[in-house]
Amino acid sequence: MTLELQKPRPIWQIMFSTHHTDVGLLYLITSLTFLFLGGSLALGIRAELFYPGSQIIADSMTFNRIFTVHGTTLIFLFIIPFASAVGNYYVPIMVRYRDMAYPKLNAIAFWMIPPAGVLIWLGFADFTWYATPPYSIISAPGPAADMWIFGLKILGISSVLGALNFVVTILKCKHPDMSIGQIPLMAWAFLSSSLIIIVAIPTFAAALLMLLTDRLGVSGFFNPAMGGDPIAYAHLFWFTFHPEVYVLVIPAIGMMYEIIPRFSRKPIYSYNSGVFAFVMLSIVGFSSWAHHMYATGMSFTEKTVFMVGTLAAVPASAMHVFNFVATMWNGRIRFATPMMWAVGGIALFFSAGAGGVVNSAMPLDFTTHDTYWVVGHFHLFVMGTIAFGSIGYLYYMFPYVTGRMYNETWGKVHFVLSFIGTILVFFTQHVLGLYGMPRRIYDYPPIPEWIAMNQIATVGAMIIGISMVIFLANMIHSSGKGKPADTDDPFGLGGKYYYPFEAKNPSH
Amino acid sequence: MSGHSNWPEWIYVAVVIALMTWVGAEAWEAERLVEHVPADAKTIIVTGQQWFWTFEHEDGTKEIGELHVEVGKAYKFEIVSTDVNHSFNIHDYVVLIDAIPGRVNTVWFAPDKVGEHDIQCREYCGLIHYNMRGTLYVTEPLS
Ligand code: HEM
Ligand SMILES: [Cu+2]
Ligand SMILES: [Cu+2]
Repeated sequence: MTLELQKPRPIWQIMFSTHHTDVGLLYLITSLTFLFLGGSLALGIRAELFYPGSQIIADSMTFNRIFTVHGTTLIFLFIIPFASAVGNYYVPIMVRYRDMAYPKLNAIAFWMIPPAGVLIWLGFADFTWYATPPYSIISAPGPAADMWIFGLKILGISSVLGALNFVVTILKCKHPDMSIGQIPLMAWAFLSSSLIIIVAIPTFAAALLMLLTDRLGVSGFFNPAMGGDPIAYAHLFWFTFHPEVYVLVIPAIGMMYEIIPRFSRKPIYSYNSGVFAFVMLSIVGFSSWAHHMYATGMSFTEKTVFMVGTLAAVPASAMHVFNFVATMWNGRIRFATPMMWAVGGIALFFSAGAGGVVNSAMPLDFTTHDTYWVVGHFHLFVMGTIAFGSIGYLYYMFPYVTGRMYNETWGKVHFVLSFIGTILVFFTQHVLGLYGMPRRIYDYPPIPEWIAMNQIATVGAMIIGISMVIFLANMIHSSGKGKPADTDDPFGLGGKYYYPFEAKNPSH
Repeated sequence: MSGHSNWPEWIYVAVVIALMTWVGAEAWEAERLVEHVPADAKTIIVTGQQWFWTFEHEDGTKEIGELHVEVGKAYKFEIVSTDVNHSFNIHDYVVLIDAIPGRVNTVWFAPDKVGEHDIQCREYCGLIHYNMRGTLYVTEPLS
């Protein structure tokens, strides 16, 4: 792998490059920028909810815009571009090819993201990350709503282009000496998530256009006043976005498959079961979308079908957890920073999954649906599992990207604070949901339990905020002034035996 | 599979499948029971609109933001919306169903104790969603 920051280059050389590691670097910087932007919004939300009444946000409209842009940013502008960054760096190397299959397309897919981000941030829409009609048609103020729609449209196209590129790179460009059963599990992760993108995204892309024409008043697909049906939108939306949660989580699991065997100094317990679980998730993930819609008034039969479809995906997720634990079992584990993040991420993945089962069981969902329980549930995935896996991987690839080591002590402090903060915020939010607090509310009545739990969550969020400042300082400082890394074995794990590919790109 | 026997994983997967089957079966049974509306339930029409709830009893009386019901009787709510989606929720009685324009959704409950409970909207509906609240009063039977 190239050492980007050791040989300084003018920035425009990176910007106009189509080489996979350059595009990877662009993805990386963009995604981290949005991590910090979106994260700041979260701190604003938590500060506001510290106590009933208005704290730091002047009115509910601003609050609604903030949580909408927070969610949109972290899902579409942090998690997805971060995965693309890692994929760009590693997938070509893992399949032993000189670049992505279509380098220009790769750069184009990346360059669609900044304008989309600008549209979303300049618009600052208020209709939540799922833009449900009829609110989004008759009530959401423009041009913010329209800018959001265009932003998402662009991001959808970018995702599909990126996914096509990964699929072709992996299936068509892999070295002829390698069978598909020899590519690392992380490459399998990118193959599976890319295939899900290609199947899932077009549905939402169509729904977005229909939403736009509905807003313009020229159609009434989802507008009951014109004979349309808002529930149709919910189906189209969740048909894309339940599978999309696997698009988000699968690459992060793939990154853990890189970290955990290496730092346990043992081969992966079962490669085949990892592959099987990825493939299962990408198929069965399509059978559960309407578990988000139990409360819309679905029939008993419909609810049952989607409950069964949801529960059917659980064994595959559980197999990953087993594989990780079995790999670590009896390993000579070295708890360096990347390993701590990966292991913490698995623990949170497990807890999150347990909460997901509760949501899926239809009578229980009527207690949890649209309360803070759901907020806690999916943040244990998006923050606890996906961001943890991603950040761990960022520490892991840091020496390869910069040629320098990050500061290990601060890396561990970052982990410990984030782990504690995540538990404080999101475990507490599960309980808060059981006490009935709805999500997406700017203010709440002074119910003592609600106040106490909101305060715990806010304190937890501030701890995460502090840890992220440490993270930023560590990254910036170490990329310029860190100790030069031994790029053959930066973590002192002894030998390259378990590296399934050359650590340096042979054709570079 | 990489040269070693894999029986621990098979057992583990079997346990997970068994657990999920059990959860699914219990959920199916419970949901079937709670969806069965008693024949003598009185109907209350609930209208959600930005940003308050209106209740219409069988005798035609209307209440706004407050709902009075009698302890020990069963009630069936018919929920509608005049503008955007809302979600009618009495958390203490696990009453929850969306109010969606163009549809009538039903849910029922039978309050078993005299008391007051919060009514709230649990689906984002815009500016004052956070304060789309009301109160349920469960009272002794009048007659
Ligand atoms: C794999 C990673 C997962 C991610 C990233 C994820 C993400 C999410 C998100 C974002 C939502 C909320 C959407 C919203 O209303 O804004 C959600 C809700 C839900 N999730 Fe997950 N989830 C994951 C896994 C699971 C699993 C394993 C299960 C079940 C076993 C599950 C069951 C549910 C259910 C039933 C809901 C609907 C809850 C409700 O709104 O009442 N999820 N999830
Ligand atoms: Cu889902
Ligand atoms: Cu509402």
